[in-house]
Amino acid sequence: MGNERTPPGFAAALKKASLSAFVALILFSLMVGVRTEAGPTGQLIYWTRFGELAGLVSAVFAGSLILELLRSWFGPLDTGKFIPAAADGPLKLAQRFFPLALLIFTLIFPVIFYEKRYILDLGILVLTYVMLGWGLNVVVGLAGLLDLGYVAFYAVGAYSYALLATTFGLSFWICLPLAGILAAFWGVLLGFPVLRLKGDYLAIVTLAFGEIIRLVLINWQTLTGGPNGITGIPRPSFFGIPLTPGDDGFAARFGLEFSPTHRVVFLYYLILALALLTNWVTIRLRGLPIGRAWEAMREDEVACRALGINITTTKLTAFATGAMFGGFAGAFFATRQGFISPESFTFHESALVLAIVVLGGMGSQLGVALAALVMIGGFELFRDFEQYRMLVFGLAMVVLMVWRPRGLVGHREATVFLHHRTEISAELSREGRG
Amino acid sequence: MSAVPASSAAHDDILAVSGLTMRFGGIVAINDLSFTARRGEISALIGPNGAGKTTVFNCITGFYKPTSGDIRLTHSDGKSYVLQSLNDFRICKVAKVARTFQNIRLFPGLTALENLMVAQHNALMRASGFTLMGLLGMPGWRTAEKAAIDLSSYWLERIGLFDRADEAAGNLPYGDQRRLEIARAMCTEPALLCLDEPAAGLNARESGELNELLLSIRDDRGASILLIEHDMSVVMEISDHVTVLDYGVKIAGGTPQQVRDDPKVIAAYLGTDEETALAVMEGDA
Repeated sequence: MGNERTPPGFAAALKKASLSAFVALILFSLMVGVRTEAGPTGQLIYWTRFGELAGLVSAVFAGSLILELLRSWFGPLDTGKFIPAAADGPLKLAQRFFPLALLIFTLIFPVIFYEKRYILDLGILVLTYVMLGWGLNVVVGLAGLLDLGYVAFYAVGAYSYALLATTFGLSFWICLPLAGILAAFWGVLLGFPVLRLKGDYLAIVTLAFGEIIRLVLINWQTLTGGPNGITGIPRPSFFGIPLTPGDDGFAARFGLEFSPTHRVVFLYYLILALALLTNWVTIRLRGLPIGRAWEAMREDEVACRALGINITTTKLTAFATGAMFGGFAGAFFATRQGFISPESFTFHESALVLAIVVLGGMGSQLGVALAALVMIGGFELFRDFEQYRMLVFGLAMVVLMVWRPRGLVGHREATVFLHHRTEISAELSREGRG
Repeated sequence: MSAVPASSAAHDDILAVSGLTMRFGGIVAINDLSFTARRGEISALIGPNGAGKTTVFNCITGFYKPTSGDIRLTHSDGKSYVLQSLNDFRICKVAKVARTFQNIRLFPGLTALENLMVAQHNALMRASGFTLMGLLGMPGWRTAEKAAIDLSSYWLERIGLFDRADEAAGNLPYGDQRRLEIARAMCTEPALLCLDEPAAGLNARESGELNELLLSIRDDRGASILLIEHDMSVVMEISDHVTVLDYGVKIAGGTPQQVRDDPKVIAAYLGTDEETALAVMEGDA
């Protein structure tokens, strides 16, 4: 393409690294360089830690230098530069079969790790976030509506199931669609006041909405049990057969020896099925006029109106669809935990799910799944780093975003084609403005 | 302006604007404007910069609510719509008025084909049973989708972009984007096509191609076109009727020839000194 920039040389990289080191010096000189404490009689004691300061500044310098050099060697990162033309064919093939391989792996995952309860639980957690990511992807990735309060629908789904099941004794399979419908209803309710809002303003209002739901859950003691939450939420049954050690339990009916792992494996397949349903519906919707209208709305709302597309219903259906999937995930969360409280539905969750969508590449289903794996699985992987866990994790995120600024999968696939399937660089899309 | 060409006597008015006034605070952008556009003709709205042309357009296409006045659209079956009382998207959906924009507003991240498919949203929405039937992949939806792709292919062929159907609209050359936007508007199957400076930024060859496209849309599809234009070669070559605006007031109207010779128009375009204005116009022609 026309990107004929001369690669900056070593001197330029050195200059940039020095600048970064200088900024780091200013930042850290007081934060790290000087340590203050209150003495025994209340006076101020301080001492200097120039060694640590020097270490940090040189780390920044070295890191920045390496980054700049890598950039100048490889140029702007695009796959064409890394991969020789000969490997292009097999790579394309691998790219095509990668999702299928991933799907097969997730299907046999419980068989491989049957003995490892921790890994199975982690798998369930990752899949929950894959589902939440796919749900939010409809709102943020496709429709371009920046939603910072997605956890609200997760909470509505969880509380709907918990309350319906504990109060009326309804089974999971009846409550699941109800939880989805109720969450979708709240999605529409949120949608109405924010119809005219865009971008940052929309983000703030959705953030507030998420907080409102959480505060209501905390304070409406008579209904939700307040901060104590709801306990004794019924566990799911295998289509009516309880997964218990009793005579009518799953193990006894099928002549198996009872094992608590049965329930975990069942939960695993349950969330996998729900996530795949989300994925299937989203992929189908993208090829339907409503999905195309969402993407068009993300690109240009004014042009949509000029083409006779009702922006109100388009926005509301996007909110409702995203919220419905959040509600399903919430119902699953409640039945898996057996206990829910408002503490599970803080802003942190919204931010995490949004990070998954952004990191995955807005609108890309595969990207979101990979990002959930990286974010949730990776976070567990760094458990060994103990108190530096967040630091290492944050660093990994920064590196990832430098490497792939448009997310793991930075292109969108056309929903319909005449001659050949095309992938469009996300650079052309104008996401998150609507 | 009372002189109506005999050849168009059989035509009737598709658009009748009467007493249109638009105020922004204390500023009067359009003052008591009345004009008509005839069915099956290309009508042009011209005027110097800031004359209020785009404001008129935005009133017709529902992006502004006029302060007062009446905009009436009549379909060939006699159904008539009062545009200023319709909601923005309904003007396209119900009254069948499609428009393009002065600064192109395609969906840059969607392919050329997808852009045309989005334009058929309402028809496809009905065919997909408001998503439900489409989700289940009913045969009715399949045929409707096929028909929509065929219509899109037809228009892509017409504007010479068939081979580039699967390219992102944002990657197409400027002239192609202009034509694609017109094709997208045509995909809504409009009764009236409103074009806001379609020739802006085009070179002489592209501008010529545009003229051919617009004439063929008029002649083959029987569509009525209302256009705003600065490029006099476009206006004079293809328009059947021209209305001239200045400072929000209509100063002339008639065939291109009549308008060209109107001293008021010359004055508006080239300043008040009619002597020099006439001299320049003659020199031009």
